[in-house]
Amino acid sequence: MAAKTGAFRAAREEKSRRGAPGARVPETAAANFDRLIHERTRLAIVSALAVNPSLAFNELKQLLRVTDGNLSVHARKLEDAGYIGCAKSFSGRVPKTEYRLTPLGRRALEKYLDHMEALIHATRER
Amino acid sequence: MAPFEWRHARSTDPVALDDRARDNIRFIRETMERAGSFTAVPGWGGIAMGITALGAAVIASQQSSPSAWLLTWIAEAAVAISIAVWTTYSKARRAESSLFSGPGRRFVYSFVPPLFVGVLLTLLLAHMGSTGAIAGVWLLLYGTAVVTGGTFSIRIVPLMGLCFMVLGAAALFCPWSWGNAFLAGGFGGLHILFGAMIAVKYGG
Repeated sequence: MAAKTGAFRAAREEKSRRGAPGARVPETAAANFDRLIHERTRLAIVSALAVNPSLAFNELKQLLRVTDGNLSVHARKLEDAGYIGCAKSFSGRVPKTEYRLTPLGRRALEKYLDHMEALIHATRER
Repeated sequence: MAPFEWRHARSTDPVALDDRARDNIRFIRETMERAGSFTAVPGWGGIAMGITALGAAVIASQQSSPSAWLLTWIAEAAVAISIAVWTTYSKARRAESSLFSGPGRRFVYSFVPPLFVGVLLTLLLAHMGSTGAIAGVWLLLYGTAVVTGGTFSIRIVPLMGLCFMVLGAAALFCPWSWGNAFLAGGFGGLHILFGAMIAVKYGG
């Protein structure tokens, strides 16, 4: 799901919009809902990177107050999805990992926010 | 359209979903704030700078020549800058964040240029013999530095900058003999006032 391109998703959305709401909705909802970014640690990683050009592994770790293992597992998942990019380098002899948000990742976060806002509006109109 | 779809999709449990969505948005906003803002602006340092400024205002008011008056305030500026650098550094260290991480760097980059302009204008005004205009210029440009630097900090910081700018503008168009009082009110009064608020609300 994560690897899907924005264009493809948009087309899919458009298609489901034209269809009868009742029949289409559960499928659309599931397709739009980004589980990858929904998980708290991963949501925090993406949010933190959205307001910084890049953050080092240790900066992220301190900021989010997570363990090394936890951060690397979740960062890896985001990396595999193409949501964040990762550059490894050495400063002296110390290995340094620098993360940044990719355009795909930024779109995913925006989409997730839109989704949450839509949910709030939906219940308000009720 | 989306809300309409969602109403149908999860009509069984709309309130809980709504709450969860709100909670998620709040979580994103808080994370962004924490990750994106420079929180090492020192409150106690502001109070200390305010107190030394009030002391400088008393000493400066007793000087007979404009250049001695100006030198007193320049000495105070040097003291205040040392206090600011030291307290900012130690607050950043206490919060385990670096001055040179993203937000810290942006704070410094946007804080320094207006101060640099201030130094140049001070030289020019002193050279022209218009020492009286310096108070307004200092307050205005320091305020500008705090506003622009404060864009990357907690919201109270740009507010303090704005107060400095208002005071500076007033100082420019009031009799220049009031300059010393304006400096005391700004660098003394505003620093103590906002320093106290930051110290109480934002941990030192």
